[in-house]
Amino acid sequence: MTSVLTQPRPIRLKGRSFLALALTPEQPFEDWLVRLDDLAARSAGFFMRRPVVLDINGLDIDRTQLRELINKLGARNVRIMGIEGARPSLLGTDLPPAMTDGRPASNIEAPSEGESVESKSPEKTAPPAPPVPQAQPSMLVTQPVRSGQSIIFTEGDVTVVGSVASGAEIIAGGSIHIYGTLRGRVMAGTMGHASARIFCSKLEAELVAIDGYYKTAEDLGPDLRGKAVQFWLEGDTFKVGSLA
Amino acid sequence: MGKVIVVTSGKGGVGKTTSSAALGAALASNGEKVVVVDFDVGLRNLDLVMGAERRVVYDLVNVIQGEAKLTQALIRDKRLETLYLLPASQTRDKDNLTADGVEWVIGALKQTFDWVICDSPAGIERGATLAMRHADVAIVVTNPEVSSVRDSDRIIGLLDSKTLKAENGERMEKHLLLTRYDPVRAERGDMLKVEDVLEILSIPLLGIVPESMDVLRASNVGSPVTLADERSAPAIAYFDAARRLKGEMLPIAIPGEKRGFFGKFFGRKAA
Repeated sequence: MTSVLTQPRPIRLKGRSFLALALTPEQPFEDWLVRLDDLAARSAGFFMRRPVVLDINGLDIDRTQLRELINKLGARNVRIMGIEGARPSLLGTDLPPAMTDGRPASNIEAPSEGESVESKSPEKTAPPAPPVPQAQPSMLVTQPVRSGQSIIFTEGDVTVVGSVASGAEIIAGGSIHIYGTLRGRVMAGTMGHASARIFCSKLEAELVAIDGYYKTAEDLGPDLRGKAVQFWLEGDTFKVGSLA
Repeated sequence: MGKVIVVTSGKGGVGKTTSSAALGAALASNGEKVVVVDFDVGLRNLDLVMGAERRVVYDLVNVIQGEAKLTQALIRDKRLETLYLLPASQTRDKDNLTADGVEWVIGALKQTFDWVICDSPAGIERGATLAMRHADVAIVVTNPEVSSVRDSDRIIGLLDSKTLKAENGERMEKHLLLTRYDPVRAERGDMLKVEDVLEILSIPLLGIVPESMDVLRASNVGSPVTLADERSAPAIAYFDAARRLKGEMLPIAIPGEKRGFFGKFFGRKAA
């Protein structure tokens, strides 16, 4: 019974990406809505089960106009889950949240005459984005990470050329590489990236975690201390291997 | 223009005030003009260690609040005529130290003194951050034990981020002063080794001051250890540290070990 209390399960926070349909309204909105109605008339329910993001980049509108547009779309059963390209001042708590860093995927085909969305397989209506070659973002730290410092980089890997002090912490969306002594806490794969790994040239860590699973210094055992090691996940189990 | 040095550590009781007074006196003994500024508002001690507690009229807070002129608050040492003390207030609240006020005082002191030594309070609160804010050089005082080393590491992080130099994108010059080093306990292995401390903190070593009764004795008679008995082991260590601060290259000996550690430590200097 007490083990439940002494070993609290952490809340797992994961990142996930979805393909959303981006609607780009054009001014004047009345004309654009007529064309949208025309499209919807051809295919009932085209917007029904899709996450829709409203891209208002470059549009010169105020909050009242934006709210009006969203209401009009709502009346057409188009529910907006987020707004891209809006100034922060334009969005209030009553409007959908701002979306940033969207990456373009291929165009989604509008249904042609008489076609029903329900009859189509999802692969056809929303083709997966073709893999665009893209550099994985990473962060390089060339100074020792001092006690009390916190390095948070959820986009990718963190590499430290130097030591990570006791009481310092590194949180990375990808893997963590430490060319020095690891004495602090490191959390890799925090955005739900279970294949992330942790590498260090000398292990004295207080805590290591990958994708929400963690081990404290006590769990790591004395035989690994001072060694060059790597950590990875195999399913739910934490694996440790020597790098020497 | 004088050089501003902050003596800091994070942890209390490691020897910041003792080191500030000893280094101040060592630098002043060559005729250079030195002022030691106590930033520990509410818990001032530097006046006691320097034997000036009965001559305090005005203090740092009075100067910042405009109640006294800077020259009125400065206390000249009775033994060394180029050594001055700017005491902290014992009664005022530490919130009376304003960023603008401290900047003005340090700027004014730099004009007339060769060395401005800021004795930082323990902790990482207002007093400590203001003491380090305008420094050109930092001396990180550390004892060879884990809690002191970790606190020093934290302070080094702040020196690299919260000081004026860091905010201007410059690098703060940092030195490690290892104090209360006990050769007997080091021999037994119940103290961190000098090498381990240097490996963790990775800043150049300014000196190793041995644990000694001479330090306590000097404090009790109200004299910096470098003035009380200049042939004592801690005094020699502080004199050497002061010479290194001026840019001299001197070998560093680990107390209790016969051979010099010249090669070993100067191989590390770039750390």
